[in-house]
Amino acid sequence: MLFLKILFRNAFRNKLRTGLTILGMTIAILAFGLLRTVISAWYAGVEASSATRLITRNSISLIFPLPLAYKEKIRQVDGVKNLSYGNWFGGIYIDEKNFFANFAVEPRSYLELYPEYVVAPKEKEAFLEDQRGFIAGRKLAQRYGWKIGDLVTLKGTIFLGDWDFVMRAMYQGRDENTDEHQFFFHWDYLNETLRKRKGLWADQVGFYVAGVADPELTGEVATAIDKGFRNSLAETLTETEKAFQQGFVAMTGAIISTIQVVSIMVIIIILAVVANTMAMTTRERIGEYAVLKTLGFKARYIAGLIFGESLVITTSGCLLGMTLTYPAADAFYRKLGSYFPVFNVEQETLLFSIIASVLVGLAAAVIPARMAIRIRIAEGLRRIG
Amino acid sequence: MAIPFSYNIRNLWTRRLTTGLTLSGMALVVFVFASILMLAEGLERTLVETGSYDNALLLRKGSPSEVLSFVPRDQASILETLPEIATGSNGKRLFAKEVVVLVAIPKRGSKKPSNVVFRGIEETSLHLREQVKLIKGRLPRMGTSEVMAGTGVVRNFQGMALNESLCCGMKDWRIVGVFDAGSTGFSSEIWGDADQLMQAFRRPAYSTVIFRLRDSSEFRNLQGRVESDPRLTLAAKRETRFYEEQSEMMVKFLRILGLSLTIIFSMGAIIGAMITMYSAVANRVTEIGTLRALGFGRKDILIAFLVESLLFGFLGGAAGILCASLMQFFQISTTNFQSFAELAFGFRLSPRIVYQGMAFALIMGFVGGLLPAFRASRMTIVEALRAV
Repeated sequence: MLFLKILFRNAFRNKLRTGLTILGMTIAILAFGLLRTVISAWYAGVEASSATRLITRNSISLIFPLPLAYKEKIRQVDGVKNLSYGNWFGGIYIDEKNFFANFAVEPRSYLELYPEYVVAPKEKEAFLEDQRGFIAGRKLAQRYGWKIGDLVTLKGTIFLGDWDFVMRAMYQGRDENTDEHQFFFHWDYLNETLRKRKGLWADQVGFYVAGVADPELTGEVATAIDKGFRNSLAETLTETEKAFQQGFVAMTGAIISTIQVVSIMVIIIILAVVANTMAMTTRERIGEYAVLKTLGFKARYIAGLIFGESLVITTSGCLLGMTLTYPAADAFYRKLGSYFPVFNVEQETLLFSIIASVLVGLAAAVIPARMAIRIRIAEGLRRIG
Repeated sequence: MAIPFSYNIRNLWTRRLTTGLTLSGMALVVFVFASILMLAEGLERTLVETGSYDNALLLRKGSPSEVLSFVPRDQASILETLPEIATGSNGKRLFAKEVVVLVAIPKRGSKKPSNVVFRGIEETSLHLREQVKLIKGRLPRMGTSEVMAGTGVVRNFQGMALNESLCCGMKDWRIVGVFDAGSTGFSSEIWGDADQLMQAFRRPAYSTVIFRLRDSSEFRNLQGRVESDPRLTLAAKRETRFYEEQSEMMVKFLRILGLSLTIIFSMGAIIGAMITMYSAVANRVTEIGTLRALGFGRKDILIAFLVESLLFGFLGGAAGILCASLMQFFQISTTNFQSFAELAFGFRLSPRIVYQGMAFALIMGFVGGLLPAFRASRMTIVEALRAV
């Protein structure tokens, strides 16, 4: 207990310097926490995906469609429990800046496949009955102030023109990482309009989603689906939803690794700052350490003093930083919500922050502690700070 | 008389460990600041250099990228007769109808597929893009399924070397040539015959039409003519403008990322500089007293300490920019959000970034040193000399 008291007394002897160092540590932990949260937000789609869903798409690339006729053939594959399909619509709401994901899907089977989208039964019925109806995630509806019955117009970028929809239902995420920023409407509405226009995309589907009963079977089922369409006009590529989402993340892999490198740099910079403080502190107190040595205190004790003080500084900065991470993440989310539909501070991030602060505290004290231990008593006493 | 500059330099040297730690902190901040700006600059320049100012690009109205654009054959042939089109040295009109699709190819290393632009060209396309130069093999013959790949594709993707083949659209596309288009977006593309592509990928329409303007100032006329023609559902853009738009979102993202990171980092570095300068003042109380007793005024002391912290900023900034300039040897290849296709680009150092980085470092030094310098200058001679 006494030892701990000495550590705190020592740490706050030079209030200004310690205060500044703690502030620096706080900022670093804050930055570190935010960067890690950005990375986990990037992977949110992967985390939220189910192991029992398979996505089938054109093997050339995502921009090529598949015929609607594949529906029956995929359904016949052993192991496929239920099947839905849809298209990426790519509509713009008023302005390009208001980006959110919008899909045309076969509504009944799609909602069945995604039990994590929780919809009130009454609203669900109303949505299924109205071909112009749409369902939006809770956060999306909140952001634009949409209420049930509101008319919303999207401007198509792939399917040109203004498309009018009526909000019929809202879904809530079952899990914390469920994306509540999506917009779904009836695939039939899209297709019938395209048929009338005699466009290229009539009766074409962007992707199929198949539910598989047993997650162990997904590999076999995926191969079976792809085999059925080999050497056809539109070959397919089937993978689990997780792998599909990971593919998206991998496309921007360079950006993620940059952020990762940067978050390590934050730690290195703060290490330099804390190490600097500790170096200055020990240099000033060399005389004291010499006195302690004369009194018979072992090197271990002196090293303990220095390491302890360094840890006091880093951990108090860390605690402050962690408490500030939550409001900061909240503010960040409000600004960049359209880029990151799911933005939660994870437990893991906090754990990493603590580990980082302990490591910084220890590393910063190594050189000063060595200096204090090595110095000879007479030399230490002679020296004037 | 001012305190000599050598006093400051010697001071930095005396406290080597502290100086080194503070400098490395500052250098890192400037390094991160400069690198991210260099990345945004590299991306912007890559896309701007991709286009030529004299080329006009026609896309479907409202299409944000080439892949989403459709130009039906009948509209393309209407365009072919426009009077604004320039004539090349061989007497042919510099006009090309192109098809652009995306194909997923596994990346080298991670093996994860990423989208690559596969462009169907006509012979004149090469005359319209003078940046494109064949460096290995030969040009693909029109009317066959031969293709050539850009250097960025060869470097970053698997199985894309000369004489290998690419399999999609129920066809084997043999790579007979490798072309270099400098640091432009074309280096990240694969080129083949437009008609072959349309057939293989069952595209009944072209994606874009591109031609050289006879007279660059006629662009406005052209725009008006295209927009007022009821037979056309297209919009004309200068090629440079089009590629600028393609980079907007990514550049903005990089700039925001860079700015928020540097603001946070610079706070850390300013605190580091402040700690160092405060301790420099505290350690030199007697020295300051002596200087005052010798007749140097308060202002001289203030200036001396400010100079010292500016020196920190300058050295840290120089080290940071030097390290950042080494980043020019690296290239990044990632998916451009807007076109949804892979794009390779490098870090690019411009004089503006050097100025900005340096200004930033000096500001950090100045802000960090201001308060400590004030404290030093406010000391009274007697008290300062009495302190041990």
